[in-house]
Amino acid sequence: MSGFSRLQPDVQPGLIDPGYRSTGLRGPKAPLIRIPHGLGETSGPRFGAGWVGPQDADLTQNGRCNGEPLGERIIVTGRVLDEYGRPVRDTMVEVWQANAAGRYIHKSDQHAAPLDPNFRGSGRCVTDGEGRYRFLTIKPGAYPWRNHPNAWRPNHIHFSLFGQGFASRLVTQMYFPGDPLLQLDPIHNSVPADARELLIARFDIEATEPEWALAYQFDIVLRGPDATPMEP
Amino acid sequence: MSNRLRQTPSQTLGPFFAYGLTARQYGYDFDQLADGRIARDDTTGTRIQVTGQVFDGAGALIEDAMVEVWQADADGRYPDAAAFADRHAFHGFGRCGTGADPARRFVFDTIKPGGHDGQAPHLNVILTMRGLLLHLFTRIYFADEAAANETDPVLALVPEARRNTLIAPLVQPGLYRFDIRMQGDDETVFFDV
Repeated sequence: MSGFSRLQPDVQPGLIDPGYRSTGLRGPKAPLIRIPHGLGETSGPRFGAGWVGPQDADLTQNGRCNGEPLGERIIVTGRVLDEYGRPVRDTMVEVWQANAAGRYIHKSDQHAAPLDPNFRGSGRCVTDGEGRYRFLTIKPGAYPWRNHPNAWRPNHIHFSLFGQGFASRLVTQMYFPGDPLLQLDPIHNSVPADARELLIARFDIEATEPEWALAYQFDIVLRGPDATPMEP
Repeated sequence: MSNRLRQTPSQTLGPFFAYGLTARQYGYDFDQLADGRIARDDTTGTRIQVTGQVFDGAGALIEDAMVEVWQADADGRYPDAAAFADRHAFHGFGRCGTGADPARRFVFDTIKPGGHDGQAPHLNVILTMRGLLLHLFTRIYFADEAAANETDPVLALVPEARRNTLIAPLVQPGLYRFDIRMQGDDETVFFDV
């Protein structure tokens, strides 16, 4: 059986990265052992449209307690594609993020910034027939971390995707254009320099909702069945 | 090859995933796609529990890892899209963070999968956490399947001295133990999938 495409080493980070301190004791040191792709790798969880509720993709609604969440409303949308540009349909996209002040509701986040009682910061949606997903959310704030003195994470949204098989799973982060913290961030900089732009959303005036919310476009390319496309 | 799109690079899960991916397990008041209960009450197969801890290169317990399992049913078949269209079917997928259990274990309640394609029964595992820029793949094989493990083509790719890192001992009837070590002399085998 034909397998999935392999990781592209020229775009992917390494497992031990001198700039990102936590990798030092957590990244494995022995070489990974390459295995062929069988059923366990080319099949995978297929959470589809039946697994999302009506407000799951609207983070401005799904955490409301007694009012609207604070911050700048934004639309985050894009297509999920395989490496041949084919849409990945009916696939689950999970997101989580900090609020506008740079605070996660996670119990272990100790950053001295306010929680927003009307913002949870997590959601999910399933791609449509063209591989498109769309979230309405609040632009996340930057926050400090302890990787090095005066370290701050750029604004980002965490993404988790399944794709077509267990081998196509992806966990990543989306960043915003023009963020001055990007060039200082060891996590973003763990990616080879000319591939870093792949993690930065594009401001998209066409996808904005006038008088309501600005929009950012973030297309995601997953590994998939490794078929050579037809060429003339 | 040149007309291929570039893949989206991987980034770390980070430390604050729990309310997004494992909310119910961590006591948040909203749901999650899957948890450590992989087998349903009506799932056919031998009931097992698989549990373990994750250790870093200094031997410290890792409290913020997330472990995912993808497995076949008792007949060696993986659930397909039709199975996922039925909320009450066996889905073969589990997800468990290590931060909610007092002993920082992951715990999966499931059934022993059937073998397939000449492979011994096993659980396919994705491990991810703060400090991993790419998620890792490993497998959990079962110590009481020695004959099947002997002929498993994936285990055969692993140097003999490291194979035992992939084979979970049966510590009591129905309970397997699978500890994961990120580094060191008994570093768990991770696969390039």
